[in-house]
Amino acid sequence: MTWSISVDTTTCLGSGICAGSRPDIFQFHGSYAEPITDHLEPDEDVLDLADTCPAAAILIRDESGAELAPRP
Amino acid sequence: MTAADERVQDYPFNRPEGLDLAPAYGAARTGPGMIRVQLPFGEPAWLATRYEDARFVLGDRRFSRALAAERDEPRVQFHRGSGGILAMDPPDHTRLRVLVASAFTVRRVERLRPRVREIADGLVADMYASGSPADLVEAFALPLPVQVICELLGVPAADRHLFREWSDGLLSTAALTAEEFTRNDQELSAYMAGLVAQRREAPADDLMSALIAARADDVERLTEQELVELCVGVLVAGHETTATQIPNFVHVLLTRPDRLAELQADPDLIPAAVEELMRFVPLGATSAFARYATEDVQVGSVLVRAGEPVLAAIGSANHDETRFPDAEEVRFDRETTAHLGFGHGAHHCLGAALARVELQEAIRALLTLSNLAEAGDPVWKTQMLVRGPRTLPIAWEA
Repeated sequence: MTWSISVDTTTCLGSGICAGSRPDIFQFHGSYAEPITDHLEPDEDVLDLADTCPAAAILIRDESGAELAPRP
Repeated sequence: MTAADERVQDYPFNRPEGLDLAPAYGAARTGPGMIRVQLPFGEPAWLATRYEDARFVLGDRRFSRALAAERDEPRVQFHRGSGGILAMDPPDHTRLRVLVASAFTVRRVERLRPRVREIADGLVADMYASGSPADLVEAFALPLPVQVICELLGVPAADRHLFREWSDGLLSTAALTAEEFTRNDQELSAYMAGLVAQRREAPADDLMSALIAARADDVERLTEQELVELCVGVLVAGHETTATQIPNFVHVLLTRPDRLAELQADPDLIPAAVEELMRFVPLGATSAFARYATEDVQVGSVLVRAGEPVLAAIGSANHDETRFPDAEEVRFDRETTAHLGFGHGAHHCLGAALARVELQEAIRALLTLSNLAEAGDPVWKTQMLVRGPRTLPIAWEA
């Protein structure tokens, strides 16, 4: 079971929190963050980062396409 | 590297009075970029003065905050507080940060905007009722963020006279004795621990109650001391900087009548104005919170060696002409807005979204005062980590 991950560059504010916390998952590119890979193994810490991204720009889905984070 | 580049300069450069950026920053940016500095206390450090270098150091995991605890950290205060989550690295930092951060996302904070607006409008109404002139700091800039953070966290705003003194003590660069500093720290923690105990008995719809519930769910995740420290951190960081930036922004606008008129003519420019003022105002009296290299890392033209501390000069980075053309001008039409006023990376300001809402609503409310003007010179704080007016007399027409 793997999750899919994406960053919406139109809403990303470039805070760098995600890339500064988990450089194995995110990298900073220009003024925005982007995921290093499209898929990742289930990881609660990454869900937490997506939940608390100040711009709510990190989207994580499970294999069925259901949205896991950000949770409201 | 030449011998000249290794010259260690005394730091901080900025004068505490006013908001000017010291010329030494410009010389460093157009010169070597990375320079050596010596603060009043601690070991010498690298200072990153260019935008790209400062952002890189703040955002790269190879630079550690936690290592500072083991070293003689460069600093302007003799005393060293616990530092809270600002002294931690991921993943410990992430574990604690997310507990608080969920209350400060853009989505959550936008729901607070109507209440922030109500408080701001109420304070302006009080100012009209009391009559011109007034001290902007006491009448508006301090009570607005204090009220907002108290309601969000669950601290009685009526206790302001208590925690303001402790809060100032934590951020003061004045020469407190070790005993005074420790007592100040302990009194604030004891006060907060008392509030936590009350909330545990009678939970409410606030962040403190949410943190207490998070600890009840998983005692491994959050210790009691961490819970109290997080609440103290949110209270202090949650009002001091915003209370300082409101008069700073007003001072910049009132001394630039063209910009003030532009905002009065088109209040839709207020969000862009807040971003520009966050960039333009060098809030810090000094750079602080050095990052320690965990391995050799190339920063600009310099190879920072493992174990060396680097400070990011945020005010300087925000005035870097290569990133912000005409950096010394205040302009509300910039295409590049990615300033470092809220920092960058894992320690990017937790309350940035709330600060933006408060600053936007503060300016919007104050613009309703007709013919707003300074009624005297600001009196500047001189012994604080942040720069800004201690008092700012303003006048308006009834």
